[in-house]
Amino acid sequence: MSIPKLVERAVDGRFGPYGGRYVPETLMAALEELARVHDEAKRDPTFWAELDALLRDYVGRPTPLTEAPRLAAEAGVGGGVGGEVRVLLKREDLNHTGAHKINNTLGQALLARRMGKRRIIAETGAGQHGVATATVCAKFGLECVVYMGEEDMRRQRLNVYRMELMGARVVPVTAGTRTLKDATNEALRDWVTNVTTTHYIIGSVVGPDPFPRVVRDFQSVIGREARAQVLERYGRLPTTVAACVGGGSNALGIFHAFLDDREVELVGVEAAGEGLASGRHSASLARGRPGVFHGSLSYLLQDGDGQVQPAHSVSAGLDYPGVGPEHAYLKDTGRVLYVAVTDQEALAAFAALSRLEGILPALESAHAVAWVLGRRGNWRAGDLVLINLSGRGDKDVAMVAELTGAKL
Amino acid sequence: MSDHPIAARWREVRGEGRAALIPYLTAGFPTPGASLDALRLAEAAGADVVEVGVPFSDPLADGPTIQRSTQAALEQGMTTGGVLQQIHDARLRVPVVIMTYLNPVLAYGLERFLRDAHAAGASGLLLTDFPAGADPTLERAVAASPVALIRLIAPTTTDERLAGAVRGASGFIYLISRLGVTGARDRIPPDLAEQVARVRAVTALPIAAGFGISTAAQVRAAARAADGVVVGSALVDVLATAGLAAGERLLREFARAVRERDP
Repeated sequence: MSIPKLVERAVDGRFGPYGGRYVPETLMAALEELARVHDEAKRDPTFWAELDALLRDYVGRPTPLTEAPRLAAEAGVGGGVGGEVRVLLKREDLNHTGAHKINNTLGQALLARRMGKRRIIAETGAGQHGVATATVCAKFGLECVVYMGEEDMRRQRLNVYRMELMGARVVPVTAGTRTLKDATNEALRDWVTNVTTTHYIIGSVVGPDPFPRVVRDFQSVIGREARAQVLERYGRLPTTVAACVGGGSNALGIFHAFLDDREVELVGVEAAGEGLASGRHSASLARGRPGVFHGSLSYLLQDGDGQVQPAHSVSAGLDYPGVGPEHAYLKDTGRVLYVAVTDQEALAAFAALSRLEGILPALESAHAVAWVLGRRGNWRAGDLVLINLSGRGDKDVAMVAELTGAKL
Repeated sequence: MSDHPIAARWREVRGEGRAALIPYLTAGFPTPGASLDALRLAEAAGADVVEVGVPFSDPLADGPTIQRSTQAALEQGMTTGGVLQQIHDARLRVPVVIMTYLNPVLAYGLERFLRDAHAAGASGLLLTDFPAGADPTLERAVAASPVALIRLIAPTTTDERLAGAVRGASGFIYLISRLGVTGARDRIPPDLAEQVARVRAVTALPIAAGFGISTAAQVRAAARAADGVVVGSALVDVLATAGLAAGERLLREFARAVRERDP
């Protein structure tokens, strides 16, 4: 199979036909400025020196690579000496604030400082990106406003309070479905109004150019570290890399270093919710059609009239009807295989990883674990399976208890 | 373009030595039936061009008033095809400009949309999330159709962008007079005349000012600076809370305001 050269993808802010800048005219100057400042920063060694030091001393990078032998046995892939199959976890859950999100918020806060913008806005679903944004704003003394759906605020009270403790103002969004997509609309409305003083730290590889490449550049530290760690410890590359995909930032973060390693299978795991046939899911790549949403062209859950359909997932972080445009391109080129697992499979994987390895994964990350467990019996001897454990599950414990009928 | 309905209409307006009144109405709001009546009364009350909004689920450039109206329209079953049917049924003599977001148009099929919109009697298309240069292929398709592509210019539009944006524009230029989303405000921006002058320096097209213009006094003030005045949220709000007759009264006030000479 012939795959286009993948290292020079973003031409005019596009990945193949996907991406672009479909935004109100008011925002165009700010997007041009962000693209220019990001390009300059990328070439500036002092920028990376500062970011790397912060990632090391504040975030706790590099994150460990943890082998999960009991999980591997459960997946039916463990066992015998020679020809055994290994499962490795990239531990983004061990970052400060408990998820990969801070890799991006830290980088974008430095860009905001370069642009002289001292007011930061963000959207958040479950609250992980909101917390990561509030955190860097506290650290750099920036004003922080986080938009969060009223429904999500109710489900994630603790994260709301965490953001407030760090000095952020959390604004409830009551429009539409009162979840992540509406919080993103509201953040964009704020940006249109305050664009001259404000930087919008978008939380995933979505939105208008240059956001998908900015976020991907800051998240690709995950894959660079993981690739080097696997090579050093096992003397070879992983055979499979799996990550969950909502907007898709943790997945692109770990995939990017492996895109040109054609022998490495890359698997993006979407949320099938109550099942792809149920219509209640968040599988934009599996079930969506290309459309323009939140500033870019990508796969989108929409009806025949182009109205965006509400997404569903047990995991609030995957509960988004769109997906990053680079994922759309990687799907069409065939470089990444996109699959989907249900709420039930993710909940089972959440329980399995907790019980077998003593690691509570975020429900988002549990989708990637679930896919590895679900391939039971189809792993081959010698497979080296790398899972991006993008976040920790503490935030989800109360909801998992509620869903499984446990009394707390 | 001299025969284009929008250009023809503006010639008449200029001949009367005044600015054009351009009301915005969300198709399907307050109800599908009432919105058809609203289109007709807008013309009867003195509108020079009517902007008709195709509702979209995620109107990220709109404030609460328009958001609520488009959501209500969708909940009552308004569709893109339904909007075109309404424009057809209204049979307005003044030009109709369709205002919406890109995705409903893409889902309908751009070529098919342009064909059907023209057949229904629409003369222009204004896409909130389709800035100049965003997609040359789509821009060429609109340019090849009889439907004028109305460009939006913002206070943040750089001079470089301004030059490029007006190059592909037709019909008129929609000047977003302030940063922010649609919605009523207390007063019009003090620098509106300078903003208009900046655009006027690079294009011969008429310039209509919009965003936040909500009272007759504001319409009067904006009409002194610009060639046209767009009123949306204030009208939609009155239709929602006080009904069609009140909407017509407000429009007649606005129509008088654009016709008043400078004191």
